[in-house]
Amino acid sequence: MPQKEIELILARHLASYLAVPVFVADPTGNLVYYNEQAGAVLGHPFEDSEDLPLYDRLSALEPKDEKGLPIPVERLPLAVAVAEQRPVHCRLRIRGLDGVHRYIEATAFPLIGFGGRHAGAMSVFWEIEEE
Amino acid sequence: MKVTIWGSRGSVATPGPDTVRYGGNTSCVEVRGEGGTLLVLDAGTGIRRLGASLPETIRRVDLLLTHLHMDHIQGLGFFAPLRRAGVEVHIWGPAGSNHSLRSRLGRYLSPPLFPVHIREMPCTLYFHELPDGLATHEIGEFEVSAAVVCHPDPTLGYRIASASGTLAYLPDHEPALGLSGFTLPGQWVSGYSLARDVDLLIHDAQYTGSQYEERVGWGHSTMRQAFEFAELAGVRRLSPFHHDPTHDDDTLDFLIDVEQAAREWPFAVIPGAEGSTVTLTQWSNGLVEH
Repeated sequence: MPQKEIELILARHLASYLAVPVFVADPTGNLVYYNEQAGAVLGHPFEDSEDLPLYDRLSALEPKDEKGLPIPVERLPLAVAVAEQRPVHCRLRIRGLDGVHRYIEATAFPLIGFGGRHAGAMSVFWEIEEE
Repeated sequence: MKVTIWGSRGSVATPGPDTVRYGGNTSCVEVRGEGGTLLVLDAGTGIRRLGASLPETIRRVDLLLTHLHMDHIQGLGFFAPLRRAGVEVHIWGPAGSNHSLRSRLGRYLSPPLFPVHIREMPCTLYFHELPDGLATHEIGEFEVSAAVVCHPDPTLGYRIASASGTLAYLPDHEPALGLSGFTLPGQWVSGYSLARDVDLLIHDAQYTGSQYEERVGWGHSTMRQAFEFAELAGVRRLSPFHHDPTHDDDTLDFLIDVEQAAREWPFAVIPGAEGSTVTLTQWSNGLVEH
């Protein structure tokens, strides 16, 4: 297995120290790391998982917008940050693999290395009270 | 492939009676191919003596800079081939986000820091920026790969391969940042692809454990971390390098001895001392000369 980009390595290390859920995706859209807090939401710790296509992971969360309408996985912040290399912020509702519905705010941003090299993307999210 | 260390000190030149054996000059390594190709790794103060040793007949030099911190470029203005018309000097280095490699080097090679502008050097200069994740280039008989590694500011590590062997050069490198030991697979460790299975790894070993505790994130490794990284990468020989300015010869002997005695390592250790040469042959005997 080839070494990951240095930006992905550093992003993973940073995520492992944060108390908020963080996902890290590579440039091809594989979800290559998520921290312990994100694992709690997914209902599946990272240690027990394999690198999986991002869409497969995110679709399991049944994401919906604030009106309750389903959000296509390719429009979720992390997927947009990977595909379009731009930052995204939004509110949405998900159902964790523990069966619990959660309202969250998510921010995703691309990891762009020197020379414009696309190294992947990172997403952080916060659980919020239902309004 | 003949690898000669002309400077192995980190941070600042440290000449004096206490650093005679390991040397006081900052990073510079000469790599000679069997076909005569000359690569120079970094332009610390050690490059001055290297330049003085080169014959007048030399027509091309390829200088591979890992990064532009002062201890890696300070000798550049005193490198004799730069002052010779008819010599091609190819400078390879990391791409930056806003300024070209030439422009960034020009901050040092211009007044008030240096009396001569880079554009006034009589040699013919070529600049090659290496922005990619793992870029590979052919230079003479060498295949040179470069990749960004964990160190503040854009910093490259190099892997140099020829028919006679492979060398990895990671003089400023903190692969242990954010880790507690090298327990992750190599794909999650900075520098792994460059160093994997090489015949000789020249690697940052600047700190003691207690020094590192106060300098996490400064971009350097401890002697122990260098050994552990070498083990993870499966190298055949490790040359600890980029010695801390406060470490005299006896201290460096002690630090290396402690790690070698700690347990049996699956590689040979060749202390990174100024003036030492390692010759890699097709059979990888790794002849060491001092």
